[in-house]
Amino acid sequence: MHEMSLCESIIESIRESADREAFTQVRSVFLEIGKLAGVELDSMRFGFDVLSRGTLLENARLNIVSVPGAAKCCDCSNVVEIHERYSSCPFCGSFHLKIIRGDELRIKNLEVV
Amino acid sequence: MCTTCGCSHSSSHSHSRAVSTEESRMVEIEKDILHKNNQYATKNRKWLSDKNIVALNLLSSPGSGKTFLLTRTIDVLKSRVDISVIEGDQQTTNDADRIKQAGAKALQINTGRGCHLDAHMIAHALEKLAPAKNSLLFIENVGNLVCPALFDLGEAKKVVILSVTEGEDKPVKYPDMFHVADLVVLNKIDLLPHLDFSVDKCIEYARKIKPDIEVIQVSATTGEGMSEWYSWVLGV
Repeated sequence: MHEMSLCESIIESIRESADREAFTQVRSVFLEIGKLAGVELDSMRFGFDVLSRGTLLENARLNIVSVPGAAKCCDCSNVVEIHERYSSCPFCGSFHLKIIRGDELRIKNLEVV
Repeated sequence: MCTTCGCSHSSSHSHSRAVSTEESRMVEIEKDILHKNNQYATKNRKWLSDKNIVALNLLSSPGSGKTFLLTRTIDVLKSRVDISVIEGDQQTTNDADRIKQAGAKALQINTGRGCHLDAHMIAHALEKLAPAKNSLLFIENVGNLVCPALFDLGEAKKVVILSVTEGEDKPVKYPDMFHVADLVVLNKIDLLPHLDFSVDKCIEYARKIKPDIEVIQVSATTGEGMSEWYSWVLGV
């Protein structure tokens, strides 16, 4: 369950920015997670709840924006929506798709006091 | 166990959000969650390239035969190039012991409950193992086709080892792993006559995920196809 490691990274990153940005408590965390990023959102929420205890993120609300997958077809150049990494281009059937959206794993911003 | 959140606390702990009267503000972070890992990976990659060490990250499910493939590879290549191995397993030093017996320098990382190696672990392992200049380094990741896909270790190439005793549809079942791989080594092909496994179908699945992925078919037991694998390794 790599979601635990991802939550550790999130908490560490936020702790590092606490001094710089002068905050002592986080009320909300806004994440952007692509649908093709290989992350289970329920596991992520569970990991966040467990690991944030006793930190400045305790009780913080986790807001996750889920980003749909999109790719550019290398053969017909259309930009298409994809749900899986093995999707083919609905226009020409090619599997040569370059993912342009949907593998995001980003901390966007925080609501802090 | 708490029935609300599933934690190990008693059911009496509170789930209400702490409310502070202080006014809140927004802080922009805009950082990749894997930022830290990727920083270590970049450092590892530079460290390795400065010493002209080729690092290969070997990924597979448990039981694909990757340790045996490695010991065979060490047997054959150790006279041509200095080889060292970082072994990742949740528990035991069994695999590192096998590698040492085969004649390579090895370091075992036990991840405990962890399901993958990360670049920070590799940074420490490189310090301890101190692989020689102009050498070859294999990183045998924890047997798992899911989690290790996300973590760049600073390797030159990622190799997925899939054995024909597994399902031919593994590439589409674990697309993230095959998407990041440079090469698929299809192992245990000596067993094909006894199995209902279509090599063509498996390769077709892998190329749906990554059209230009290379595939080498081998049997580490009989040696079939192994020379192609050795050439690939030496050519990286």
